[in-house]
Amino acid sequence: MDFETPKENYSGKIIEVTIGATPEEGGTRSHTITIGGSTSPPFHFFEGKHPHPPRVAMEVFDKVPNKYPHSLMEYYRDVIEKPADMAKKCVEQYGAELISVRLEGTHPEKGNKSADEAAGIVRQILESVKVPVIITGHSHFEKINEVIKKVCEITAGENCLINYVETDNYKTIAASCIAYNHTIVAQSPIDVNLGKQLNILLTDMSFPAERIVMDPLTSTLGYGLEYTYSIMERIRNDGLAGDKMLAFPMLINPGYESAVVKEARASIEDNPDWGDQELRCAYWEIATAMSLLASGAELLIIYHPKAVEVVKNKISEIFNSKKGS
Amino acid sequence: MALSGLDIFKLLPKTNCGDCGVPTCMAFALKLAQKKAELSECPHASEKAKATLGAASEPPIRLVKIGGPPSLEIGNETVMFRHEKTFFHPTGIAIQLLCSKEEKKLLKEIENVESYKAERVGEELNADLFFISQDSADRDSFLKTVNITKQNSTKGIILDCSDTENLKISLEVLKDDRPAIFLREKLTDEYVKLAKTSDSSLIITADSFEDLQSQSEYAKSSGLNNIILNMNSQNLGYQLQNSTILRRSALKKYFKPFGFPLFTFIQAEDSYDLLAKASLNLCKYSSIIVLPKYDKAMLYALFTLRQNIYTDPQKPIQVDPKVYQIGEPTPDSPVFVTTNFSLTYFMVSGEIENSGISAHLIIADAEGQSVLTAWAAGKFTGETIAKFIKEINLEQNVRTRKIVIPGLVAQISGDLEEKLPGWEVIVGCQEASDIPAFIKSVRIT
Repeated sequence: MDFETPKENYSGKIIEVTIGATPEEGGTRSHTITIGGSTSPPFHFFEGKHPHPPRVAMEVFDKVPNKYPHSLMEYYRDVIEKPADMAKKCVEQYGAELISVRLEGTHPEKGNKSADEAAGIVRQILESVKVPVIITGHSHFEKINEVIKKVCEITAGENCLINYVETDNYKTIAASCIAYNHTIVAQSPIDVNLGKQLNILLTDMSFPAERIVMDPLTSTLGYGLEYTYSIMERIRNDGLAGDKMLAFPMLINPGYESAVVKEARASIEDNPDWGDQELRCAYWEIATAMSLLASGAELLIIYHPKAVEVVKNKISEIFNSKKGS
Repeated sequence: MALSGLDIFKLLPKTNCGDCGVPTCMAFALKLAQKKAELSECPHASEKAKATLGAASEPPIRLVKIGGPPSLEIGNETVMFRHEKTFFHPTGIAIQLLCSKEEKKLLKEIENVESYKAERVGEELNADLFFISQDSADRDSFLKTVNITKQNSTKGIILDCSDTENLKISLEVLKDDRPAIFLREKLTDEYVKLAKTSDSSLIITADSFEDLQSQSEYAKSSGLNNIILNMNSQNLGYQLQNSTILRRSALKKYFKPFGFPLFTFIQAEDSYDLLAKASLNLCKYSSIIVLPKYDKAMLYALFTLRQNIYTDPQKPIQVDPKVYQIGEPTPDSPVFVTTNFSLTYFMVSGEIENSGISAHLIIADAEGQSVLTAWAAGKFTGETIAKFIKEINLEQNVRTRKIVIPGLVAQISGDLEEKLPGWEVIVGCQEASDIPAFIKSVRIT
């Protein structure tokens, strides 16, 4: 029996989503970024097209997170309280392809900054960097709706990625995104059906499908990674099999989720078996990011500069194998 | 992979003669698929049916053992995606030993690896193998390294040595140890003979699928069964695609020459690069990964990833039912209770920690189920919680007499108060993420 490459037929195609807008398109970004468009499982160049590589974003904050790992602080100490400067450093020094602004400080329990303050910070970021921008919120519905509405308004035409809506709170934010031309993240709690349901709800209110990115909810290494991993594989398989309501590119958060676990913070003295803390802090993000790339992630928000460097590097290495196949 | 009833039916005579004792060919096919009948019961089965079904009854990917006892077992996988069933035999992690190193350094490395163990959700995590490479022209150094490793370790050994004479002597040293031989060059008669006489597994290496097929068939026809496949590529994208194609050929096409576990030799620029490559290869079908050096943080990250990917999706990871201390609780600190489903535990303990308070978190035994599932199954009720609290003597260890239960099971509060006289039950929030806000707004001590 002669060997023949076993190829499968996929009738579906992952929707292409573009983030950012150049001056010609009504924004101020130097370029846009497009993700999605795949017609086979992640990196299966031998049986499908993958027009766009996954992209790596980094994150800045309107308020320094309580549990920010010491190892990360070493890289950002000079800029952590100045989000516009930190964004610049992430892009120019560490190679961030997009910047996420996390507006956790607007949460009533975590600083209760006003919508205007948030808008001011976002405006500064848009001035300091020219890459496409992600606006990341929180779970206090009433407040985040007010904040995002304002931010959407002052960034009209920029085509930011508004991160995120969930089934219990999507209408206000989605309406703002439609009104001011932004793209949206639909987050669901590690569940194929709930994810699909939210996508249906959004498209039912005439939200354009090519402006939706799914967030399957990231569980980091050692904290339920396997659930995220398998849900993503199932979503991707269904999307490629032709289920249009699951054929969206996916966003994951290795940075935020790894920064809060003890592995990113505990010293080697406290846990001798866990090895060097500085290495471990980067390793945790790298292992999470690489495994979720294998299961279908197209957009990754990563914190550790070493992790950003190596993950970007690996994505381009993998895409180098596209040529010969 | 087993054939479906319908696949088998197509191979049967479709005469419904009943000679097999089952009224229709379809019914017989279904019994065959469930392994409740044997093809020999059908007197009219064709040669093609016999050949196909015979092949299908063998596992599509062979189980290969290295070292031991206890041996590392790899292969015998049945699915492409872990959610389809589970991945059975976790990737073996090997540590490379370079024989050009001084004896003292080698000994130290072996000792480090031997003594390394970490625990995670009740599982002990260890490295599995040593990968001994001859990296100098000095013949004796290889043999010496093999001897040192054998004397100081119980782990399985993979020999990476192109000098067949040296290999031969090493294999005599390891004659009862089930080693594996890593071939950097094409399989020859000499290697076949060495592997056969020493009962070793062979890791065969090729630059193309065609070459890999011909070497695998050659090994098989020479009577070797314990084969591991290595497609020579240093590009991560090719590694992933090659492994996918090999595994899919074995599982979906029953392509026998590729019905073996996979090996990937990773060369990396630095440790970050190494971990990135190893992580992807671990998820996508590599059964052995060699690490060029001992790095505790890397081992811990990789072991954790391996545990995650190889967990049976049908059986949730459980944490030990007991009292977990969040921060530095005193006897007056608040008490929370939830189930021992790992994700529930991770989220609840993380959020209590986020709130900045110290607390006692009681993880009750709910057979690893989440709060609502456990409640619906009667595993997380007033009665089971009260019983557990008594078993662990909580009343002797804390002065608090208030206990916070998950908001999703508000309905058990009355029952729990009844079963736990003297305690006040406080109904908590429904979502773990609301715990910090809940702690601020409700008096819980």
